[in-house]
Amino acid sequence: MQLGRVIGDVVATRKDPCYEGVKLLVVQPLTADGAAAGRPLVAVDSVGAGVGEHVFFVRGKEASFPFHPVEVPADAGIVGIVDHWTLGER
Amino acid sequence: MILARVVGQVVSTMKRPQFEGAKLLLVQPETPGGEARGNTLLAVDSVGAGVSERVIVVLEGRAAGEALGRRLAPVDAAIVGIVDDIDVQED
Repeated sequence: MQLGRVIGDVVATRKDPCYEGVKLLVVQPLTADGAAAGRPLVAVDSVGAGVGEHVFFVRGKEASFPFHPVEVPADAGIVGIVDHWTLGER
Repeated sequence: MILARVVGQVVSTMKRPQFEGAKLLLVQPETPGGEARGNTLLAVDSVGAGVSERVIVVLEGRAAGEALGRRLAPVDAAIVGIVDDIDVQED
């Protein structure tokens, strides 16, 4: 999984029927320091995340597991909202 | 699997139920020589790892789910070992 911040939402009327009722959010991946890392991506949401929140997301087929038995064709999914994170000494 | 170092811990209240009780650790991928490489990842811990320890991380959904021991867990990374020592011999 990776840390990220929700920076937007996506509205799509024409889409794969499995996406019916599924929230699509734009997520900016973050480093452990909270800086942007790489390009934003679209992820399905299964925890009720909203714009501005820190989240963690999973990549790959596992992104569709929260919607089981519906096989949502997704490769990224938000699976938790982050309260906070701590960094230790290296 | 990849080598990584545990650099932090994430606290999350609202999450998928499969994460309930699981420890979520931030890990920095490293070369065998100990140099940081790439972006930090978030992995579930199945071996009791702690901050600053070197670990082995599986980066694949099915394997990570098995490490967590929960069906249909939406995970793609899990710590499966703590490294005592690495001996690399390069020509």
